[in-house]
Amino acid sequence: MASTLRPAPAKRAAPPDAAAHRRRRGARFLSPPWWFAAPALAVYALVVLYPSLSGILYAFTDWNGLGDRNFVGLDNFTKLFGDDAARGSLVNTLLLTVAIVVVQNGVGLLLALGVHTGIRSRTVLRVVFFAPAVVSPVMVAFLWKYIYNPSPDAGLNGILGAVGLGGLRQDWLGDPDLAIWSIAGMVIWQFAGYSMVIFLAGLEGVPAELHEAAMIDGAGRFQRFRHVTWPLLAPAVTINLMLSTIGGLKLFDQVYAATNGGPGHASETLSTVLYKQAFVFGNFGYSTAIALVLALFVAAVSMVQIHYLRGREVA
Amino acid sequence: MNVRYGARTFGLELVMIAVAVAFLFPVYALVTLSLKDQREVAESPLAPPASPTAGNFANAWTRAELGPALLNSTVITIASLVALIALGSFAAYFLSRRASRLGYGLYVLFLLGIVLPFQLGMIPLFKLVDGAGLLGTYQGMILFYTGIQLPFTVFLYTGFIRALPADYANAALIDGAGHFRAFTRVVFPLLRPITGTVLILNAVFIWNDFFTPLLYLGGSARETVPVRIFAFVGQYVSDNGLVFAGLVLAALPILAVFLVLQRYVIKGFASGLKG
Repeated sequence: MASTLRPAPAKRAAPPDAAAHRRRRGARFLSPPWWFAAPALAVYALVVLYPSLSGILYAFTDWNGLGDRNFVGLDNFTKLFGDDAARGSLVNTLLLTVAIVVVQNGVGLLLALGVHTGIRSRTVLRVVFFAPAVVSPVMVAFLWKYIYNPSPDAGLNGILGAVGLGGLRQDWLGDPDLAIWSIAGMVIWQFAGYSMVIFLAGLEGVPAELHEAAMIDGAGRFQRFRHVTWPLLAPAVTINLMLSTIGGLKLFDQVYAATNGGPGHASETLSTVLYKQAFVFGNFGYSTAIALVLALFVAAVSMVQIHYLRGREVA
Repeated sequence: MNVRYGARTFGLELVMIAVAVAFLFPVYALVTLSLKDQREVAESPLAPPASPTAGNFANAWTRAELGPALLNSTVITIASLVALIALGSFAAYFLSRRASRLGYGLYVLFLLGIVLPFQLGMIPLFKLVDGAGLLGTYQGMILFYTGIQLPFTVFLYTGFIRALPADYANAALIDGAGHFRAFTRVVFPLLRPITGTVLILNAVFIWNDFFTPLLYLGGSARETVPVRIFAFVGQYVSDNGLVFAGLVLAALPILAVFLVLQRYVIKGFASGLKG
């Protein structure tokens, strides 16, 4: 952007190749040497690029960490879709991701709209709602494991009983049909404030004059939100959807700490299955195949979201 | 934003406070349980503690070995942050001031690392770290965090430096300073706002990370706080008062830092991710 605003360089009579030469020498003199990037590139290559590339190769082998590595083609992937636990983990991961993306962002947006008003407690509330996001997910999972405990008079069940909703008491993490939704609940509790903070930054960027103009034109509360606020929130929506989707797809800590994938395999996710395949069963090839599926999902979702949501953004 | 504080705003205020109270219920449970003895935890789990006891905290501190764990987390977090800021800012400066195909290609290569889940390279990297004898060491974790968080760090720095005029550094270069001096003395101080964001986002991630420290440090003397708490909870799972005292102690340091720096932390989280 800035370069187009600079005045055009004065035309010189010097031959074009000499001018180009001088310009190139000047640019080289002023631009930093390659070794500025070398240490970062070396560490990045060692820790991310090389392991990821070999991971992609291992995904097509039967490597178990000890013996030979044999190329087995797509066997690991057919195994993944034939193995009930693994296929279930894929379904769970997708369900969890959808629930987290929808509810966390919905709640985050409502909180942001509530806080971004004239209420006196707005600063305190912002801190309260955001605070869980800075605590380790493992610790939040242990806290919620207790809140979800099956005893009828402790935690969430105790509260339900106390307010006369005893009929709704559940074995939140022990019921195979309920476990992943309970896990989604703890993730949403922890990170709704994070979504809120990003929405708040978006709301603060909406000029007050636009609202005033719309109000003078007779737009109601909802119309102003729909036609003024919402379009201008697009960048915040993009960021929030990306963050929560990727977070949901990679979910590990909370599941590992709260249920370890149980009861049975009811709350297994891609990350817990690939962890167990690698470090419990030693199926390194199979584990990296699952990681590759996860990577493809993350990459695909990021690209689709960037593509569609960028179109909505108002420059 | 409403200017007048009317009945409507007051109503909203009450609703929001009610939501916050409900939201804080798990925290209430956490704190009250940590103050109860085992009998009271079982008999009246929801009521406020009848005779609060701090005994759980003293026990949790020693049995969870939280002292050494806090030291480990601090060393790993600070060393990784120093490495990330040094390597990330230098690389980003190169990438944003080299308008060549090489500069752009390298930038895209770094961005790729934001999308790649680290699980893809998890096993090869584990083998590498194991082979180098770095399992159970600070160095292994610091190397891991530096590598894994560099793409994001480079991304943040590059965006910021691109919006910064090159004139300051150019003036220093023309006055005879070398590139190293021009960057460290002139450019780097101008990066303070984004360095703050880089620091906050990476610090929270590294401090709370669990998966990799569990793999690299589990069972060693270098366990970080989340890994130690995981082992502690597993060991004393039936004693909720003790477990919750451990959770409170383990969460306090980062919560305290957050409360002191809340304005900056929230701003960092809200702004750091704008593409």
